[in-house]
Amino acid sequence: MSADALLAVHGLVAGYGAAPVLHAIDLSVPPGAIVAVVGANGAGKTTLLRTLSGMLRPAAGRIVLDGEDLRGVPVEQLVRRGLAHVPEGRGVVGELTVDENLRLGGLWRRDRADAARALDEVYQLFEPLARRRRHLGHQLSGGERQMLALGRALVGRPRLLLLDEPSLGLAPLVVAQIMALLRRLRDSTGLTVLLVEQNVRSALSVADQGVVMALGRVVAAAPAARLRDDDDLRHAYLGF
Amino acid sequence: MDRFVFLTLDGLSRGSVYAASALALVLIWRAARIVNFAQGAMAVAAAYVAHSVTSATGSYWLGFLAAVVAGLLLGALVDVAVMRLVDHRSPLNPVIVALGLVLLIQAVLGMVYGNEYRPAETPFRRTALSVGGVAVLSPFDLFVFATIAVVVVGLAWIFTRTAVGLRMRAAAFAPEVSRLLGVNVGGMLTLGWALASGVGALAAMLVVPTELGLHPHAMDLVFVSAFTAAVVGGLDSPPGAVVGGLLVGLLLSYVSGYVGSDLTPLAVLALLLAVLLVRPAGLFAPVAARQV
Repeated sequence: MSADALLAVHGLVAGYGAAPVLHAIDLSVPPGAIVAVVGANGAGKTTLLRTLSGMLRPAAGRIVLDGEDLRGVPVEQLVRRGLAHVPEGRGVVGELTVDENLRLGGLWRRDRADAARALDEVYQLFEPLARRRRHLGHQLSGGERQMLALGRALVGRPRLLLLDEPSLGLAPLVVAQIMALLRRLRDSTGLTVLLVEQNVRSALSVADQGVVMALGRVVAAAPAARLRDDDDLRHAYLGF
Repeated sequence: MDRFVFLTLDGLSRGSVYAASALALVLIWRAARIVNFAQGAMAVAAAYVAHSVTSATGSYWLGFLAAVVAGLLLGALVDVAVMRLVDHRSPLNPVIVALGLVLLIQAVLGMVYGNEYRPAETPFRRTALSVGGVAVLSPFDLFVFATIAVVVVGLAWIFTRTAVGLRMRAAAFAPEVSRLLGVNVGGMLTLGWALASGVGALAAMLVVPTELGLHPHAMDLVFVSAFTAAVVGGLDSPPGAVVGGLLVGLLLSYVSGYVGSDLTPLAVLALLLAVLLVRPAGLFAPVAARQV
């Protein structure tokens, strides 16, 4: 656990009701890294992200973002601390237009000029969104929705991006594009990404580090390349 | 023919008030998934505030302003102090609580002001102007039209053109995602209640003088018409509420003019029943389109 981590999680316990889903999770995300949390269905990956973004209150443990303990910080304040969460199912607001969804991502910002600039950048980054500005969210394809959710997070110029299953329901080609984009963003803007995926191959191909979860515990944390090549670990926890 | 013109204009005038009340119902429905059955009673309470202020100051307009402000505050109060505490797992809970609020507000108004009709002032004459020998609208009717038009256009502008409107819509459609994007969802909900209640108060100020006068129950029948208008429009659609309000106003005006005014309460209930039976989602319900 390095002291200069952008995000550090210590002994995190969380869950729904009495039974915890997460048992004493330790996790560290260095600035500028892409960290993939992988594991089978029910390993607690989504619960982990929901706890990190404050949607779920931890029963114990600490979440430290850039040296600041996030305990007691309300969800709607986290985005102001530089944390963006793209939830599972992408969270595009179907009743709002593409443009409204994107603007929503920058409404909290005081620097209106930079929010407008960030919006333009997202339109340049995702050309299909620029063509469909006036379309409603629910009229978009799955890939376009993922672009929209990702773009909306980027309008807030986050330091840490939490991505929940970005590959869910998308064609392999689209998944590859999104993963390549994450890498590009990391290289060009220094964005830090914590990615949760069931699609282990593509997640570990883009990530610098991998964290394997099983039944609410971290069972392995290592450079992504090493996890990819560790046959025993793959067989035991990842099923391929 | 003259009579038809008169009834049509009169119906549109009343209908615009129903439209505003229906719009207020739709605002709260969209934001909180609650049909605010207490809206009529809350609006009457605001109208009583106007009555007190006007009596004390002698100024109709100060009273008018006070009613709108009282409506805004009462809406926020009902959200924060009552509805926020209600368990929303069953949709029936907020309905029962709203009905309880009706009883409470009407009882308090009866205790403070008495259960008698008080004449309600109007800022303009209510006698119809004649155009070419045909009785058309009164100056007060024109005032009603103008006020409601300003309210409808103003709300549309707030919701579609401003940042706070975008926040309110996002908070209503996707509260969890909105919080993740930094939107104060609870605050937006309270603001929605305040706006809706303010519009309801305005509607009461415009309709009460055209009926028997100020009374704790003065808005009961108006509320039924407004609710019907909202259902006709589809509870989710603001334009539907406006069109529904005008339609209900026209229908009631024709029934009252050609059949008899005794039948108007019956007509509005018959319309409500018919819409619920034939097209329960309303005439303007958006096509169900949810992401999978």
